[in-house]
Amino acid sequence: MAVTDRPTRTAGALAAMARAVVPVLSVVLAIIAIWYGASVMMNRAWTLDQIQRQNLEMTPSQIIADAMTQERPVLPPPHQVAAEIWNTTVGEPVMRERRGQMQGNPRNLIFHAYHTLWPTILGFMIGTGLGILLAIGIVHSRAMDLSVMPWAIASQTIPILAIAPIIVVVVANLPVLNTAVDQGWISDDTKLLVPKALISAYLSFFPVVVGMVAGLRSPNAMDLDLMRTYSASRAQMLWKLRLPASVPFLFTSLKVSIAAALVGTIVAELPTGARFGLGARLLTGSYYGQTIQIWSALFMAAICAAALVMILGALEKIVLRRMGVRP
Amino acid sequence: MTQTAVAATTEASAPVIAAQNLDLTFQTNDGPVHALKDVNLTIGKGEFVSFIGPSGCGKTTLLRVIAALEHPTSGTITVNGITPDQARQNRAYGYVFQAAGLYPWRSIEKNIALPLEIMGFDRAEQEKRVKNVLQLVDLDGFGKKFPWQLSGGMQQRASIARALAFDADILLMDEPFGALDEIVRDHLNEQLLQLWARTQKTICFVTHSIPEAVYLSTKIVVMSPRPGRITDIIESDLPRQRPLDIRDTPQFLAIAHRVREGLRAGHAYED
Repeated sequence: MAVTDRPTRTAGALAAMARAVVPVLSVVLAIIAIWYGASVMMNRAWTLDQIQRQNLEMTPSQIIADAMTQERPVLPPPHQVAAEIWNTTVGEPVMRERRGQMQGNPRNLIFHAYHTLWPTILGFMIGTGLGILLAIGIVHSRAMDLSVMPWAIASQTIPILAIAPIIVVVVANLPVLNTAVDQGWISDDTKLLVPKALISAYLSFFPVVVGMVAGLRSPNAMDLDLMRTYSASRAQMLWKLRLPASVPFLFTSLKVSIAAALVGTIVAELPTGARFGLGARLLTGSYYGQTIQIWSALFMAAICAAALVMILGALEKIVLRRMGVRP
Repeated sequence: MTQTAVAATTEASAPVIAAQNLDLTFQTNDGPVHALKDVNLTIGKGEFVSFIGPSGCGKTTLLRVIAALEHPTSGTITVNGITPDQARQNRAYGYVFQAAGLYPWRSIEKNIALPLEIMGFDRAEQEKRVKNVLQLVDLDGFGKKFPWQLSGGMQQRASIARALAFDADILLMDEPFGALDEIVRDHLNEQLLQLWARTQKTICFVTHSIPEAVYLSTKIVVMSPRPGRITDIIESDLPRQRPLDIRDTPQFLAIAHRVREGLRAGHAYED
């Protein structure tokens, strides 16, 4: 029976996939169509202006074509952004030779993505660790429960753009870091990475705290009573009950937190004169009115965020399967 | 403390559980709730004691007091001659809850090993004991499964195995089969009796079901609510060997009748 069952099951799975793909594709196509429409509408003004100034004759289709091929469009159409991304990733070497040394190539978007991703991951790890520790403290100590949570919430209401420069200045003048650079332990570039990672951690610890407090408190009264009948210590309750029970909550928070970490890094690059990174790319784009460059950097950031969330999703699947969650 | 413990074990007829004038009042938002009033009870070694009564009669609370999960407002209770808290430290209790309460992220054998890990048994000993109790509850070969892969009855058997794993001499069971259907329940009742005969444990068993209480017990404690108190204690004269059809004998029906009368009396007091 299982043998005869299989082909219909495969066919069923394919049909299910097709059912999922069709709506997703339609949404994507609709977005692209709206994007093109909006792009023509918004870029047309400049073309019409040029026609008037230079007394040109243009048919409507020529106007549309011009609106989609401008060098500095108000809203670049999808194909221009795609071409820019292609040219600045595949079309440019990641490394280039300069003054006899191989260096990262600032014309390459992957190089910028790397400079953003690295502090993002570092900040995410710091934020996650801090978040878990705070949550453990909050769950175990009433004093921490009452005192830490309001501060954690308050910390997230401060605009990060306002405190990013402060953090950069403070960190740049930390004697420890300066000594490390002087001694040659870390390079100047690595030193620039530290404030970015800290700002990223600042944004990413909060979802972890909130999620983990809920997760660590998720065991029900019976689960806890069971531990009490064994006279388990608080540490044993934490390791054998609270932490395993909080894992699904943790992964949900991590997905929010990694996105926040990426935003944190990019924002940290904006007011601090960073030379490399997606934030720096956004900033130079806006200085010189390079809208296509801005959009391609934005897309790169979105791709990075999607990739990070997907990696976490895959990790979640593996971990939860090993923890015996019903497939 | 050790002296009393020694005295208790040397004295052959010493009770395993002895409660005198036990009172427990919960302070709730709706005012005080008198959960236990003037409870006097003695349970000897190897007895199978059922606590029966309507909801709110304090039977679960009494079990929790014995397990040191609740503490009485007044009165005294000793377990093996020492306080419940000390008895718990001495690993006196295996507790089986109404739901199996297996941790879903642990396989069956890991669930059973949980108390062993907490109590610091070494790995080889853990494996030996897990294998042993799995056999005892007839779950051989299911150790690697996760809880959701087992039926409700099998999960409850696994939770009994977990309570047995560290050789507690008192098994406290709070409506362990309450959520199971009658056929599975009959089967588990039979198995529980066999287990009791083999392990010689003292069992305290909370239930809603009169046939279950009469079928299993050597002593039936009938309780009634508001305030929770004991209305009758029935010593069963049924033989220790009990096939399922013992439930049709006049002897069985007579005891069941007395339990029912006791329950009704408790209610008449209330109305």
